[in-house]
Amino acid sequence: MTKQTPLALWRRPTFWPVALLALLWLLNAALTPNFARIEVRDGRLFGSLIDVIHRGAPVMLLAVGMTLVIAMRGIDLSVGSVMAMAGAVAAQLIAVHDAPLAVVVAVPLVVAAAAGLWNGLLVTLAGMQPIVATLILLVAGRGVAQLITGGQITTFERPAFQFLGTGALLGVPFTLWLVAGVTLLVGALLRLTPLGLYVESIGGNERAARLAGVRVRAIKVAGYVLTGLCAGLAGLIATADIKAADVSNCGLYIELDAILAVVLGGTSLSGGRARMVGALAGALIMQTLTTTMLMRGIGQEYALVIKAVVALLVCLIYTPRFRGALQRLVGREVHAA
Amino acid sequence: MSLLRRNIPLLASVAVYAALYVGASLAYHHFCSLRVLINLFEENAPLGLTAVGMTFVILAGGIDLSVGSVMALCSIVIAVLIEQHGWHPLAALALALGLSTLLGTGMGCIIHYLQIAPFIVTLAGMFFARGLALIISVEPVPIRAAGHAWLGGLGIPLTGQLDIPITALVFLGALFVAAYVTVLTPIGRSVYALGGDEEAALLMGLRIGRTKVFVYTVSGFCSGLAGVLFTLYQSAGNPSAGVGMELDAIAAVVVGGTLLTGGVGGVCGTLIGVLIFGTIQTAIIFDGRLSSWWTRVAIGTLLLLFVLLQRALTSATGRRKAQHVSG
Amino acid sequence: MGVRVWAACLPAGSIAVVSDPLLQMRGIDKWFPGVHALNHVDFSVRPGEVHALIGGNGAGKSTLLKVLTGVLRADGGSITFEGTPLVCGSPAEAVRCGISTIYQEVNLVRTLSVAENLLLGRAPRAWYGLSWRRMRMRAVELLGGLGIDIDVSRPLGSYPVGVQQMVCVARAVDTDARLIVMDEPTSSLDARETRRFFALLEQLRARGLSVIFVTHFLDQVYRISDRITILRNGRQVGVFEAAALPRTHLVAHMLGRSPAEVEAAAGATAAASAVAPERPAAEHATTLGGATPVLSVHDLGRCGTLAPVSLAARAGEVLGFAGLLGSGRTELARLVFGADRADSGVFEVDGRRVKIKGPRRAILLGLAMAPEDRQADGLVQDLSVRENIVLALQAAGRRGAAGGRTGSENAGCGDAGGRGGGFGWGARARQRSLARRFVEQLGIVCADLDQPVRNLSGGNQQKVILARWLACRPRVLILDEPTRGIDVGAKAEIERLVRELCRAGLAVIFISAELDEVARLSDRVLVLRDRRAVGTLERSRISEEAIMAAIAGKGGQEPFQQP
Repeated sequence: MTKQTPLALWRRPTFWPVALLALLWLLNAALTPNFARIEVRDGRLFGSLIDVIHRGAPVMLLAVGMTLVIAMRGIDLSVGSVMAMAGAVAAQLIAVHDAPLAVVVAVPLVVAAAAGLWNGLLVTLAGMQPIVATLILLVAGRGVAQLITGGQITTFERPAFQFLGTGALLGVPFTLWLVAGVTLLVGALLRLTPLGLYVESIGGNERAARLAGVRVRAIKVAGYVLTGLCAGLAGLIATADIKAADVSNCGLYIELDAILAVVLGGTSLSGGRARMVGALAGALIMQTLTTTMLMRGIGQEYALVIKAVVALLVCLIYTPRFRGALQRLVGREVHAA
Repeated sequence: MSLLRRNIPLLASVAVYAALYVGASLAYHHFCSLRVLINLFEENAPLGLTAVGMTFVILAGGIDLSVGSVMALCSIVIAVLIEQHGWHPLAALALALGLSTLLGTGMGCIIHYLQIAPFIVTLAGMFFARGLALIISVEPVPIRAAGHAWLGGLGIPLTGQLDIPITALVFLGALFVAAYVTVLTPIGRSVYALGGDEEAALLMGLRIGRTKVFVYTVSGFCSGLAGVLFTLYQSAGNPSAGVGMELDAIAAVVVGGTLLTGGVGGVCGTLIGVLIFGTIQTAIIFDGRLSSWWTRVAIGTLLLLFVLLQRALTSATGRRKAQHVSG
Repeated sequence: MGVRVWAACLPAGSIAVVSDPLLQMRGIDKWFPGVHALNHVDFSVRPGEVHALIGGNGAGKSTLLKVLTGVLRADGGSITFEGTPLVCGSPAEAVRCGISTIYQEVNLVRTLSVAENLLLGRAPRAWYGLSWRRMRMRAVELLGGLGIDIDVSRPLGSYPVGVQQMVCVARAVDTDARLIVMDEPTSSLDARETRRFFALLEQLRARGLSVIFVTHFLDQVYRISDRITILRNGRQVGVFEAAALPRTHLVAHMLGRSPAEVEAAAGATAAASAVAPERPAAEHATTLGGATPVLSVHDLGRCGTLAPVSLAARAGEVLGFAGLLGSGRTELARLVFGADRADSGVFEVDGRRVKIKGPRRAILLGLAMAPEDRQADGLVQDLSVRENIVLALQAAGRRGAAGGRTGSENAGCGDAGGRGGGFGWGARARQRSLARRFVEQLGIVCADLDQPVRNLSGGNQQKVILARWLACRPRVLILDEPTRGIDVGAKAEIERLVRELCRAGLAVIFISAELDEVARLSDRVLVLRDRRAVGTLERSRISEEAIMAAIAGKGGQEPFQQP
């Protein structure tokens, strides 16, 4: 056996998204006044960076689940609608039924998990393409949410619940803790249990995984359920943040942000390795772009255009053709040296 | 028998539409009138046009998420050109159409030549077009130019008070052209071949790249035309128009019997799909008691039923095929 | 004994030129990284003949055809077609030159109508666009000319594969093909469809078209072809007139033996006694101390894939499957492992009746299978060596350990699950040490354990799959062509390993296209031909020659008589 040669940094899978994020933050720190400043006010941290993470929290949560689904060659378009559903249920429980906090948190999560289960069963048992299967809930889910709230924007006051969205723990926004907690939990599931191996073997070669005894269907369903749960949690945060269930806007288009974040993070839409750290970086990249634009007084509309261009460029980097060209280029340099 | 079997999805769509229409006519007074029918076409013309474009893309086995944004972009370009730059309405329309077509072609080229997934490319296209529209104007811009209003008022008189408005006419016209292209031209048939089996189509000597770029170009053009109709119908350009429209269009295409895997279906089915969509919406408005969000639940349910139906039909033939391959 | 027709076995060059060949490929060379896939191959086709191209796995058939149809570019040699040098860079160009290809899997668009599939790209036009009416008429006429009468407006996919293949042929004829290359066109057809397909071939021949016909079914070779070219290991072994080549000779050439050897062997052990008729598994039990087989299978079969077969695998014994490519040996292995669903069959593990519904169940019962197609069914290319090794063990999980359903103490797959990985902080370290143990034991050459498995050589990849299964401590190990595509050294190592495993008490089912391997390793050999088992050879009777005689089957000594 030969000695392990350390992998060139730029070849490491999560290098690109993390590097891009770092570059963005550095540029911002240099060019945008006050970007890097973090101050303590009323015992909690304030600053643009904190803001980026706080606002990016829902997409980061979604990206965690979506990474697993996409790594298994699936996709979940319904996360935005599931967010709306979870938010609607929570708001309704507070405003109408005045339910205890545990119920307010638990019931929406159960609903979200059920939505994930539904998606998973459509994909595995009914054998639908994931895009179609989840499109159904995307279309219908928001309608269901609207029916739950009766078409109104349900507002509520419940400080304990609002803490989910606006509270701070040890000076750090609670959303950040949540994202960290979920990431660590799912990361641990992937790293410390065989789940990660199952997921990546299914994404890499489903036939081989089946022949090796992996329960392909069960793992896929589990992936969709987990994504549903993440969406539910994101829905709770979004609802708590604005003290209202605004069903028609809650999580609108967010599925696309989440998918983009995952793809930016280096997980291929055709399955394989699950890059969760990359996906989180991807989510932050997009939020940073948006926040920067706002801070510099450029309208959000430019952020959309820039997002589109960045997304395409990063995807281009991931295409085999471009990689081949890059490798040839770098290879030549190495030979020359 | 086989003819019947092959057209089950389409027949099912027609049956659903007929049932909806008859049911609504019985339930609601005045529902069964020419005016309501014409309104149905007029209101759903933009959706219908994007759905027609989407049909091409889906038949070829792709997907286009940018249609709603491109429509909004076109509408605002037209409004700004006419109102703020004093362009002649026709010139503005032509430029907007050219722009949207170019966007479609661009996305098609990226998909084919750079081999990035259509889902991602058109998603980026969606953000791009929406962003561009908002950059041009954040607020809706009303169009007051007389020429434009005249254009929007055109129509074919049907009875004393009723015209078939230009929006409905353009929609039907586009539908007719699309049907012609898909059924009677070589490029239309290669769209079906591409969606049916890309590798086989390549081996048969068809020009895959050209066909791929073609379908996204058509979709771009149709979205642009939808934007034109939008300005005619609303007398305004709106950069926030058509949010979520791409999904409605996909739903209409699928409910109209086109397989999302490509290769099977057609624009006639899409017309039925759009009509089902519109009828549900109209019926709910007529009812007055139901929340408009029932539309989405109903469409979602229909989508589920149709996909399951398609699944059952294709897996029946698929099983036969599998048996033969292995045996 | 048949008449020996030595005259037929002359090298290619000496065959009298009847007429100018339609296609002449001379000295074709093709290199793949590390492999000389085609070694100076000569190949020619006369006008109006059906020419069978025969050879085992890796013989170079498909490479030769790919060079011909423009999918690959030859590294050396020349091709002339109709007297002029042939240059084409893609299958579409080859079609324009007059060479059409028909693949095993139908390569037409199933969702389009038959008529369109026939005429797409050349459809008749009218002033208003495509003329569907004339297209249908043209299609009916075209198919009618070949004796096919079907409704051309139905989608192609609604017809059985046999009809689809014929439509492929009709399209080729209509594109003015002078040469049609058929790559295993009959492998998915049933007997009736094959007959119809051959009737169509006769017609093509009568029209003066030439056909290159690749198949693994020897009966079909004799039934239809005029001449036979045999390839082996990238070399052309010979060109023969079909009518003058005895079947044993054909098999001998394919396997790289001299016909004399085979005939001598077959003569010594009269064909009838060499192949013991298949006996129930119970009877074999006496041969090895009466132990109950670890796994026995009765009447396992699947309609259209394999006629029902019975077999028994015993601890410490190698059961070989022998047969030519396409004889059903891989299909049998997959059925045993539950990878494909069987129509019939009863499984017994340690004499207790069990059901095997899928690979997972099979693994929990102590079975393991290294599949024939390493790339498609075995490895997960993106994952590391370590991950590929622990995959099955992890998938079996703790339930297997708790279950121990095989009834026998520790041999089940699961017991190692606790040790080999599972959950918790130490999992990765334990996985690494397990993987390292196997890497060292099997001598897997890799830079490190976290290297993607795709970067390994074929032999090392095969060992990774072996390691995956050995980590599960199976009781029955099925090896489907474990030595295919790997170098000689690795082959010898794998052979040695199989012996060791056997000594350690494993039951091994060993499948290989190399008869010498099967003969050397096996305690018993199950011989398959044309998707059915034709008999079992016991230890004392096993020899390459005997296996070959069994594969060639009855009438092996005489040239095949056309019915």
